[in-house]
Amino acid sequence: MNAIQSFLDEAGYLLTDGAMGTMLFASGLGHGGAPELWNVEQPDRVAAVHSAYLEAGSQIILTNTFGGSRYRLQLHNMESRVAELNRAAVKLLREAVAASGKKALVAGDIGPSGGLIQPLGELTYEEVVDGFAEQAAALIEGGVDILWIETMAALDEVKAAVEAVRRVSADIPVVTTMTFDTHGRTMMGVTPEKAANTLLSYGAAAVGGNCGNGPEEIIAVIQKMHAIAPQAILVAKANAGIPELVAGQPVYRASPEAMAEYARLAYDAGARIIGACCGSTAAHIQAIADALEGKRTGR
Amino acid sequence: MSEDIDITQLEIPEILELIQDDLYDGLADEVVASVRELLRRGLTPYDVLTKGLVAGMDIVGADFRDGILFVPEVLMAAKAMKAGMELLRPLLAETGAPQIGTMVIGTVKGDIHDIGKNLVAMMMEGAGFNVINLGINVDADKFLNAYHEHKPDILGMSALLTTTMPYMGVVINTLKEQGLRDKVLVLVGGAPLNSAFAEEIGADAYCRDAAVAVVTAKKLLAIKRGEPAV
Repeated sequence: MNAIQSFLDEAGYLLTDGAMGTMLFASGLGHGGAPELWNVEQPDRVAAVHSAYLEAGSQIILTNTFGGSRYRLQLHNMESRVAELNRAAVKLLREAVAASGKKALVAGDIGPSGGLIQPLGELTYEEVVDGFAEQAAALIEGGVDILWIETMAALDEVKAAVEAVRRVSADIPVVTTMTFDTHGRTMMGVTPEKAANTLLSYGAAAVGGNCGNGPEEIIAVIQKMHAIAPQAILVAKANAGIPELVAGQPVYRASPEAMAEYARLAYDAGARIIGACCGSTAAHIQAIADALEGKRTGR
Repeated sequence: MSEDIDITQLEIPEILELIQDDLYDGLADEVVASVRELLRRGLTPYDVLTKGLVAGMDIVGADFRDGILFVPEVLMAAKAMKAGMELLRPLLAETGAPQIGTMVIGTVKGDIHDIGKNLVAMMMEGAGFNVINLGINVDADKFLNAYHEHKPDILGMSALLTTTMPYMGVVINTLKEQGLRDKVLVLVGGAPLNSAFAEEIGADAYCRDAAVAVVTAKKLLAIKRGEPAV
């Protein structure tokens, strides 16, 4: 039995964390800076975000490695530091979990390359597998419990990422989620039904949706996935609304109460791994934790 | 599908329609063959462009906007368009065909996301514009240099991050300081933007997606040139 299932058997659901980027920007990460660099330059600030989510009740915490592949790091001229930055991220998260005294899964976060695979784009499938394998190797050597591939738009890129993880480890659980932000599909036109079936066929331990246009749209994604794959463990990780600009600064409007309601709806739609994405804070996760606890105890 | 069709046996309007179908299906070789055939029949390069390629990309753009087509289909259509365009470009220059317009486009400083921006560039080319794509992480100097070099009708800026979108305002202010703001239309786009933000920074318009960018560019350019709106 994998680590995810044993957690699920205990409570019936699993609570993830919320946004990392939003919290790092709030603690001073500059415009255009690489969040992953803070794993070595400001580890205390990254750890503080992890600790806040652990305190709020998160049982799955993602490493600060969303842009930790060579494709993203090379934009900051740091492609030679993939291993270092990913290992540092796992180490500081492991330490934060240990310090909290709580039980939580350490998930190695892998985000998209930012490019498109041939024939649509310039990247070859093989080089994308190589790039993700480099990141996955560092995360797994660092000691993650599971891998977390998220915010994907193209199925071939998810396939490459899963293949990359499998090149490093034959059995570590892999969670994959895509972003359904374009007329109910991903940017590349993938429907929730197609995503669920395809990602499960890649051997994903859980599948779902993250990011996107706020909590309402992700409920429909979960309903569609649940209808076509009723046995699958489904993941909902919505943004705290759509950012609005106030005096040039992004403001996410969904309140913790609104996110609590979203969590209840996501649970009812069939999601069993629930959390939040951009714009959320520990307060949102705390509200979701209370809402899900209410589901479990029937309050 | 169209490989079974002998285009030499078709009437000109049928070939124009075929170009549109083949563009929709992203069939570059077929589009090129039809362009060649139309030129052989004596159609002007400008008519092949506007009645064939641009008309076809209009349909692609509308279906993209409406959620019938998605990025992969649009990219393949744009590639087919480009293949046809390569044949036409030198001929258009030779024959002194009317210029539809020139656009300089880039993802602003600090931001490296370019899928949406490239889609806009391709759709604008698809609409017959001459597009200079400056790539990612473009600062105000680079935009200004490109302005002086290419004298574009339109300046397009893209950002995916809430942290980088304010830089669009910096570029617009630089244009103002140099007295160039009124000489060029500024269109902005990117996931976190909206019309209110475009207004706040003094852009001419926010474009939700690549299809909207094309329609907006044509409309605002026609108004600016004092032409009847298209």
